[in-house]
Amino acid sequence: MTNIQNMKPVKKTYNRRSFLKSSALSGGGFLLSIGWLSSGQRSAFKSTDNQTITNLPSNWNELNGFIKITADNVIKIMSPNPEGGQGVKTSMPMIVAEELDVNWKNVIVEQADLDTKHFTRQFIGGSQAIHQGWKPLRTAGATARQMLREAAATQWQVPVDEVSTELGILYHKKSGKSAKYGEMASAASRIPIPKEVKLKDVKDFKIIGKSKSNVDIEKIVTGKPLFGIDTQKEGMLIAMIIHPPAMGLKFKAIQNEDVVKKMKGIKDVFPIKIFNEGYEKTFFDTLNFNEVVAVVGNSTWEVMKAKKALKIDWEPIQSSTENRNMLGRKLTVKIPSGLESSTEHTEKLAEMLKKPLNVLRKDGDPETAFKNATKIIERTYTGPFLAHNCMEPMNFYAYVTDEKAELAGPLQKPEFTEQALSARLGMPLDKIDIQITRLGGGFGKRSYAHWLLEAALISQKVKAPVKLIYSREDDMTSGIYRPAYSATYRAALDANNDLIGFHVKAVGIPESPLFPNRFPAGAVDNYLAEDFTIDSNITVGSYRAPRSNFIAAAEQSFLDEVAEATGKDPIEFRLDLLKKAKEKPVGKTNDYDPARYAGVLELVREKSGWEQAKTTRKLGVSAYYCHDSYAAHVLDIEVKNGEPIVKNVCCAIDCGIVVNPDTAKNMAEGAVIDGIGVALFGKMTFTKGVPDKNNFHTYRMIRMNEAPKKIDVHFVQNNIDPSGMGEPAYPPVFGALANALYKATGKRFYQQPFMDFMG
Amino acid sequence: MAKYNLKINGKIRKVDIDPSTPMLWVLRDHLDMPGTKYGCGMAQCGACTVHLDGTAVRSCSLPVSAIGKGAITTIEGLSENGTHPVQKAWIEHDVAQCGYCQSGQIMSAVALLKENPKPTDADIDNAMSGNICRCGTYLRIKEAIKTASKN
Repeated sequence: MTNIQNMKPVKKTYNRRSFLKSSALSGGGFLLSIGWLSSGQRSAFKSTDNQTITNLPSNWNELNGFIKITADNVIKIMSPNPEGGQGVKTSMPMIVAEELDVNWKNVIVEQADLDTKHFTRQFIGGSQAIHQGWKPLRTAGATARQMLREAAATQWQVPVDEVSTELGILYHKKSGKSAKYGEMASAASRIPIPKEVKLKDVKDFKIIGKSKSNVDIEKIVTGKPLFGIDTQKEGMLIAMIIHPPAMGLKFKAIQNEDVVKKMKGIKDVFPIKIFNEGYEKTFFDTLNFNEVVAVVGNSTWEVMKAKKALKIDWEPIQSSTENRNMLGRKLTVKIPSGLESSTEHTEKLAEMLKKPLNVLRKDGDPETAFKNATKIIERTYTGPFLAHNCMEPMNFYAYVTDEKAELAGPLQKPEFTEQALSARLGMPLDKIDIQITRLGGGFGKRSYAHWLLEAALISQKVKAPVKLIYSREDDMTSGIYRPAYSATYRAALDANNDLIGFHVKAVGIPESPLFPNRFPAGAVDNYLAEDFTIDSNITVGSYRAPRSNFIAAAEQSFLDEVAEATGKDPIEFRLDLLKKAKEKPVGKTNDYDPARYAGVLELVREKSGWEQAKTTRKLGVSAYYCHDSYAAHVLDIEVKNGEPIVKNVCCAIDCGIVVNPDTAKNMAEGAVIDGIGVALFGKMTFTKGVPDKNNFHTYRMIRMNEAPKKIDVHFVQNNIDPSGMGEPAYPPVFGALANALYKATGKRFYQQPFMDFMG
Repeated sequence: MAKYNLKINGKIRKVDIDPSTPMLWVLRDHLDMPGTKYGCGMAQCGACTVHLDGTAVRSCSLPVSAIGKGAITTIEGLSENGTHPVQKAWIEHDVAQCGYCQSGQIMSAVALLKENPKPTDADIDNAMSGNICRCGTYLRIKEAIKTASKN
């Protein structure tokens, strides 16, 4: 078998080479099991250009946690963070390779396991992998290169300053000596780790900034087992769960367990409690159904049939509170009883927006500004709950014995999940081993992992290795949605059509979407931002660009309407505000850099041909800043037979140095397509606690025929340290689409999904 | 339970199985061929696309009892090392993000090109709109199909 997940995990060993964490570099080093490499179970390795490397390497010299080199010059770079499609398994090793100064074509990349002892921030979230990994990854490469130079200097008996490198070869020009890295790797691995190393100048980059193919592309196109759901192990059973059919219900009893247990291929049926009572939940522990019924059997189809045959009694939950420790911030969450419906949610949001809410920011005197205004524009926007719908349904492999717990699967925040599992099993962290598989999409959903706990508890009960799979219906109806939001915006204009007051009130079920210090805060003298949350038993979680994905849509649609009221071009209107935020910023804390924000607007104006096309075509513009990057889009659309057709999209993005341009472009294209799909079609509604959609026949997803015909992506060229691309291009899509739809239809779109209101 | 001799990727594979088992699970659970993916179980997303006698079918909704003497081709059967023209085009355009849906996308694309070697954009849209990609790689998929159609 060639599935690496089939290999027995090898106990990690640690040594002084795992230095990066102890030297306080965030994102630091780690070391992972390499036992399977010499197990002889893989016949050949592929380097990043897919050249087969024969002669299975077995003697790795570890220069640090990221870099291992064999005597015959095979260079392996470990990729620390989970890969969910954002390209970090390629781009993070590229950064290491750049400073190591090797030929990328000769590099082997390998996914690291979770290793909390030697690694920080080994997770996907907030588009931070590249942003926070930038310095540590470069340092890891540069440190190893320095050690190789020192090893060569010692062997050649020359000053280290005279030893240079180029593409994996060490040179002493004066004597004409040279050696491949592999020849010096063993000696280098024994050299004390340098305290300081010099990093390259940006102008000298050879790998960073040049597009490199996804290191897993060949495995993807040949269907090799890469994903958690592909895990196969000896003696492995299949498990599925049944959760309550409605939010607000809980497990009571199984009616016919004896009948179902006798079904062909079925091993066991039993309820499991996911978190212990009294456990203080952390940021990524879910408030989901805490008791579900597990069905375990030999094969997926047999388990699916047994699930259908099971009869279970459910009962209403009582109102309760949960104490949570949100990364140090303690809070108590109220979970109301009852079977909630979307119609009530809509009413509650509207009702709440009429009341004074929690003031998060106030600049100047907004009350007076609105009193003195010549014109007031007030608009309310809503966004529904959304299901993540990762293409790979939730799943996890677990084998829990009295001695240890081995797990494998797709997970965004394994470090946090490991802690929750440790608490639940009463098992110390060093007895838990989590292998990170490729994620078939994350989008925030895989930040949570009650399915991992479920898999572990099921394995513990049946005393066997188990792969837990959620059906699509389980995945879509078991909670953790993007919250439902609403926001009312008000703008006060004076007689000169200057924006003298700005007011945003935002409400969410059960979380608020508001960022009080984002644009246009800082650009308006009189500014007020208020919010409120409404308790609910609908469970929610991070969803690609959390909060921004709604509030950007609302804000950018509103600014378009305000610009129109002032008679200004919508780009010019925003640029004027940004000019003010730069020259005379209001307030002390503004989260964005007005110059970079203006930069993407200016670039998108130029590249989209905005000035020439804005009167003849149906263009919509929007820009947003989040997750340390800036993005602006112009959508060019037409509407035929009530269906919007996106003809062209122009994107301008400032994410600093672009590490892997083609992947960054792919991320922007994906964000645009996903954003258009969600804006047009995305919604989850509830009727008496029951999710109204449970699969793709009712939950509409964008398909190829609905995607834009063309997307052009442009990057602002600068030497600023890179920031992420997983999320920032996403939030501005919604507003650009709403604004373009207005041009095409004459109608403003205030409520998502827009297709419900195309009329 | 019933015994079947299934022709998969040119080889005869024997299974003794519940006749209602969808081909998807026969492949994944019983034949250790995980390239064909589970996405929805109701022929809505295309992740499980395989070929039955050259035609793209959704294996999640195709019971093993319905296969008969039909020849099944899966992603593993296109080529061992990604040398099929469509796979090569996917590599050239670096299509994938998460990659989960791509084996289904590729199988739909191969079936399309077999029937229609020079598809128009509209032909591609028609043939490929049964395959969902949550990451939004549709434009690259389309470009890759066009590249493959030239080879």
